[in-house]
Amino acid sequence: MSRKKLSRREFVAATALSSAALITAPYVRGAYAAGKLSMGFWDHWVPGANSASTELVNEWAAKEKVEVQIDYITSQGNKNIVTIAAEAQAKSGHDIFQMPTWWPQANAELLEPVNDIMDPLIKLNGEVNGTVKYLGQADGKWLGVPASVGSQIKGPCSRIDLMKKYANIDVQEMYPAGSPPKADNWTLDTFLKAAEACHKAGFPFGIGLGETSDNVDTAGAIFQSFGAQLVDAKGNLTVKTDAVRQSLEFYKKLLAFLPPDVAAWDDASNNKWLVAGKGAMIMNPPSAWAVAKRDAPQVAEQCWTHGFPAGPKGRFAPYLPFFWSIWSFSKNKEAAKSLLSHLSQPASIEKMVVASGGYDLPAYEKLTTLKVWEEIGPPKGTLYHYPNPFKHQTLSIAASPAPPKVAQQIYFQATLTKMCLRYYQGEAMEKTLAWAEGECEGFMRS
Amino acid sequence: MVDVAFQSNRTAAAQSGRKRVGLRNALRRKSMSAFLMTLPLILLIAILVIYPAIYSLHLATLNKAMTKFVGFGNFEFLFKRETFWLVVKQSCIFAISAVVFKALIGFIVAHFVHNVPANKQRKWRGMLLVPWVIPPAMSTLAWLWLFDPSYSAFNYTLSIFGIGPIPWTGDAMWARFSVILVNVWYGAPFFMIMYLAALKSVPDQLYEAAAIDGANWWQRIWYVTLPMMRNIIAITTLFSLIVTFANFDIVRILTAGGPLDHTHIFATWAFRVGIEGSDIPLGASVSLFMVPILAVAAIFILRDITKRGNEA
Repeated sequence: MSRKKLSRREFVAATALSSAALITAPYVRGAYAAGKLSMGFWDHWVPGANSASTELVNEWAAKEKVEVQIDYITSQGNKNIVTIAAEAQAKSGHDIFQMPTWWPQANAELLEPVNDIMDPLIKLNGEVNGTVKYLGQADGKWLGVPASVGSQIKGPCSRIDLMKKYANIDVQEMYPAGSPPKADNWTLDTFLKAAEACHKAGFPFGIGLGETSDNVDTAGAIFQSFGAQLVDAKGNLTVKTDAVRQSLEFYKKLLAFLPPDVAAWDDASNNKWLVAGKGAMIMNPPSAWAVAKRDAPQVAEQCWTHGFPAGPKGRFAPYLPFFWSIWSFSKNKEAAKSLLSHLSQPASIEKMVVASGGYDLPAYEKLTTLKVWEEIGPPKGTLYHYPNPFKHQTLSIAASPAPPKVAQQIYFQATLTKMCLRYYQGEAMEKTLAWAEGECEGFMRS
Repeated sequence: MVDVAFQSNRTAAAQSGRKRVGLRNALRRKSMSAFLMTLPLILLIAILVIYPAIYSLHLATLNKAMTKFVGFGNFEFLFKRETFWLVVKQSCIFAISAVVFKALIGFIVAHFVHNVPANKQRKWRGMLLVPWVIPPAMSTLAWLWLFDPSYSAFNYTLSIFGIGPIPWTGDAMWARFSVILVNVWYGAPFFMIMYLAALKSVPDQLYEAAAIDGANWWQRIWYVTLPMMRNIIAITTLFSLIVTFANFDIVRILTAGGPLDHTHIFATWAFRVGIEGSDIPLGASVSLFMVPILAVAAIFILRDITKRGNEA
């Protein structure tokens, strides 16, 4: 067996080549040279809506040479918020997490500030509404990028025929497709009269008074229309005020015209109420209408989504945004920011909104007049006013402007709907207020 | 019984040899073998039970932001909350009434099944166990539709007889009744199967002797059946009490604690406060409040069983 002898020159050349290869290896741009990125996105209920997000992420990943992994996490059974709690405790998990409403604030200390991408995005897409700032910013630090996916306004979805016939209100004339609203007379008084008329006719408004989100959101908007706050922005208790009393009085009158079982309603009850053709109005994003389009087309073609009635202190509509947030323990923050920037480009946002059938709402003011809302139907234009294109109403969230960590407690303990129910069931006004004040005091613990 | 291999004639040996022999001796001990065989299970319990338990104790001693040790501060806070005492009251009502009814129904049904001819018993046992083998999250969804505020199948049926509609989940009393009913429906088969096993182990001679002494039906139950089943009744009650106190899915799905918090129990309120309200330490404190209650119940019941065991 012959053995080749290595010369000194060959040895030096081989050593130099190997060293060069070892030193330059990390900089060679391979298929996934920019590392890995994992994301927990909200699992959209609209069939096919997730695939628009997947396509956008894959498109970006191919360009940036990043290996991506997307987990679509449902909000059914609160699986998404349980996962957020687990990842926050473990300080490990996805790089990006799509957080609903209150969760960026609840995890503010664990989130990477994204001001460096938010400032250019606002310049590009326009200003964001006050609720997005309230929920997405802490001490001037952006805690996430507002996600169009899942963000929604829970305004009235009315039956055109029933409202015209029994309440003498033409909702299409009040909120015409393609033109600004002519809704000066659409006030809480008109709303109450309409509720009474529809109740008498056997088609009561389907507004719940349970403890889930839809119920609380409606109560929140009505309280705000009266200027009622349980806790103000500075954290002072403001339960025992005339505005709160007026709100409770209004709800007491309204409850008499609602279905008798609304205390037990959850977020599905109002949808079923509309789809079954039992009521003239519900407060919901267009999910109920979309289900009706599939299961009860004769109901869907009579649905019109429009603005909230105005109260003495203004016209408020419940707005619930989602945020894409980056955990501070993410190992690839720069890639995460690059992806979020890509997902927030106007073309990306439009693609996602179209995929959701107009359900998703961008937070930026320049993106509230996309074609999809103009064209979708039946009836054509039913969602034209859904994204609040004329800033006709103030987008808000129940329990605001209380400090977000206090407001979250008021929201999830459903203090507003419980107050309405207690007062309606015969409890003295001052006793109800004292109970609510005690609750809010407890929510202020730090 | 001595479980150590005793070797008296060994005096001195080489160091390495002694080590090998020592290991062999250790392995030869029954207790050591038993320990090694149960070690995987011990490790599993340590990871899945002991660690989370200690971690939740740790969480319960932190402030809301989880940045400061507050000792029993969370419990002091809870004791001042009206809703917390409502939850304590409801948890007790829910657990005690559900366990009593489960035990009663289980006892009665077990007797019926025991009296069914042997060749037909298997069929009955299988059918009666169905509620217990369906995952409660699924079966409770079916109950939710039966109780649905607007489209209740029960109310539809009752309306045929001119009764109702009953606000099954919309009124505090009816909502409590509904969650207890579903828990009883789900848990009674467990009692039935345990009691049936106990009934089968009661020697027939005792009943024959009682019959000769002229004991009637009630006396046979009171003086023969119940004393013979005492231990199994105690163990089953304790086990069910723990599981029912810790119940989550039935209440969460059926009422989510409403209306006006009147069906919240420890687990559902802990979830509301800890996960939905992002106050994990307070949520941990609520769920840990169950521990002393259940520990006291366990001590009394197990002490009674041990006492009877010693007397026997």
